Amino acid sequence: MRHTLSVLFENSFNAIPRIAGLFSGRGYNITSISFGQGEDPEVTRATITTDGDERIIEQIAKQLNKLVDVVKVIDLTYEPFVERELALVKVQATPSTRAEIMQITDIFRAKIIDVSGKTVTIEITGKSDKIDAAIGMLEAFGIREIARTGAVALKREFKK
Amino acid sequence: MTKKKTQKRPEEGTLLSGTELLIQALVDAGVDTVFGYPGGTVIGIYDALFDHPEIRHILVRHEQGATHAADGYARSTGRTGVVLVTSGPGATNTVTGIATAFMDSVPLVVITGQVPSAMIGNDAFQEADIIGITRPITKHSYLVKDVRQLGQIVNEAFHIAATGKPGPVLIDLPKDIQLEKAPYQKPGPVSIRGYNPTYKGHSQQIIKAARMIDQAQKPLIYAGGGVNSEPAAVSLTELAVKARIPVTTTLMGLGSFPESNPLSLGMLGMHGTWYANKAVTESDLIIAVGARFDDRVTGKLSAFARGAKIIHIDIDPASIAKNVPAHIPIVGHAAEILPELTLAVGRPYTQGWLEQIQKWKQEHPLQYDKDCCRIPPPFVIQKVAEVTDHRAVIVADVGQNQMFAAQWYGYEEARTHLSSGGLGTMGYGFPAAIGAKLGNPDKTVVCVVGDGGFQMNVQELATAMKYGVPVKIVLLNNGFLGMVRQWQHLFFKKRYSQTILSDANPDFVRLAESYGAIGYRVEKKDDVLPVLRKSLEVEDRPVLMEFIIEPESQVFPMVPAGAALNEMIETNPEPTA
Ligand SMILES: Cc1ncc(C[n+]2csc(CCOP(=O)(O)OP(=O)(O)O)c2C)c(N)n1
Repeated sequence: MRHTLSVLFENSFNAIPRIAGLFSGRGYNITSISFGQGEDPEVTRATITTDGDERIIEQIAKQLNKLVDVVKVIDLTYEPFVERELALVKVQATPSTRAEIMQITDIFRAKIIDVSGKTVTIEITGKSDKIDAAIGMLEAFGIREIARTGAVALKREFKK
Repeated sequence: MTKKKTQKRPEEGTLLSGTELLIQALVDAGVDTVFGYPGGTVIGIYDALFDHPEIRHILVRHEQGATHAADGYARSTGRTGVVLVTSGPGATNTVTGIATAFMDSVPLVVITGQVPSAMIGNDAFQEADIIGITRPITKHSYLVKDVRQLGQIVNEAFHIAATGKPGPVLIDLPKDIQLEKAPYQKPGPVSIRGYNPTYKGHSQQIIKAARMIDQAQKPLIYAGGGVNSEPAAVSLTELAVKARIPVTTTLMGLGSFPESNPLSLGMLGMHGTWYANKAVTESDLIIAVGARFDDRVTGKLSAFARGAKIIHIDIDPASIAKNVPAHIPIVGHAAEILPELTLAVGRPYTQGWLEQIQKWKQEHPLQYDKDCCRIPPPFVIQKVAEVTDHRAVIVADVGQNQMFAAQWYGYEEARTHLSSGGLGTMGYGFPAAIGAKLGNPDKTVVCVVGDGGFQMNVQELATAMKYGVPVKIVLLNNGFLGMVRQWQHLFFKKRYSQTILSDANPDFVRLAESYGAIGYRVEKKDDVLPVLRKSLEVEDRPVLMEFIIEPESQVFPMVPAGAALNEMIETNPEPTA
């Protein structure tokens, strides 16, 4: 099952390999990982998505918490959370297909951010499944390249 | 050349080189002994050390020996062990020792020289990415990038190594940083955002645990390495005695509860006592303290303590419920939690249970074939216990010798049994014994080792001679890689593939003598006691006692790998004698 972990850590040169090592050391694959500065300039937030057995993920989360650099680990899997991923998709386009591509782009509230004689590049944001769906639709035109960021996520707040 | 006088602590703000700052930080951390080996990238540190006689440097003969010696020093004293080695091969030689310490939660600070910062990543001469190599086996590590941070890094390293669940911390120190200067600063308090180990247990959980204990009829304490220090061990005894709960310990826990106490069941697990394993299987409540339900302890998990509720006390949240689910988890240090729990418990009705256990003890004691042709190894360990009154520090190696030492000595005090439990590192015992003796000059330190493991770090005889370290080496020579041979005997139709050592073993007595140590060979049972006594009189050098034991002696009881704890092989199915 897919798990989403949000990990806050002090970013020393050794922190990211240590975090990644806890997955690789158990033969686990990180499906996606993204880093960036969080609300506190000294703390980096990583969003990690991984597939795996419940107990092992729980163990990894505990081990992450043990790392000296790690300030906090939140397993979002069982919490309501908002999640976004960004994808750039370069699609083959001819004058005759361009209109149709633009239509699909609109439906997914995506944006065309680059155009050449033979291609358009589309920026799509959303949850991973939305991006998967958009890519699925664009496949018919011929996809040249895809770059995806991996998910970033935050817990949903309900308090008014 | 003579050494200069001890230097006074420099004033704050004095400009010092990286090497000076390092040594001063070690002095500030209270370090009195460093185990190490010089080389190109640490030559400057060794030069600085020359002016600091307050730090005793022990020159080993192999860097693995340094890490094991620092480990033995740490386990036996409770103080952090310190290692200093050069980059590249010096650093990689420490890996087995670091892994050994990591698996058994031993506090070490390992300082490795590194090539100059500008050359890192260039495959420079004697460069190794030791931070990367040791990443999964260190609690934390530092690459020093700025000399101004060096003092604080050393300060933090000692803090991290010794607090929470202890473990090894590595500091990689490039050569250029050693030469740069920075103002000296006295060590301040350490505060690391992501590192706040929990010591005090959750009070409500403790009360809940006490009520669960009150209602139990067949409770059992299962104590591990997390209790094997003062004052946790004393608190454990108080709890057990007040509530009249029997105690079994893991290999790492031996010494945390006096085995002379009638409530003691000795060790559990693969080579545990019959009655300890039986009691685990039958109990209705297991109170696990500072233990992690290792597979060598639990046997087949699905059959482990099926009818028991579990209270799990550990400083490491990640160890709780890792292998076996806990009904009441309590995170914190045993020394904090046990006194609180003792106050809160009443006296469960355990009379019937205790009687049952006494009966099991009488019916299924630990036993060995007393008339076996040569010297039975358990007999040797019993005699060691006799001459040292169960109060020596016993440092075991790995294999059958380790299990004989665990089963037959009868430990009474915390920190008196040292053994590589988690990693099972052959070659650990002898250097660790040297470290233990250097840390405990007033205690008798005995190394129990096989002919295989002794040869893995035999070079440290020179270290023991150089510093006149009088460790007593009890070498149980069976001419085999005994423990592997035992498995081949039991499970591989006695096909002794690559386990015979006798055809090329050295003459151990002459080997010891060639270093200037004392060597005795003991071939008769009657000579065991007199030789042990004689060895205790030697105070200025190691004594190697080679006991020629029955080549095919075996360790029993034994729970075969993968079997349930109550599926023990109790004695030799087909005696060899
Ligand atoms: C470094 C290392 N290599 C291999 C092993 C596997 N091993 C476990 S016990 C053992 C045999 C030990 O033989 P010896 O030191 O003679 O002790 P004995 O079992 O005979 O008492 C071996 C090879 C190990 N534990 N450590």
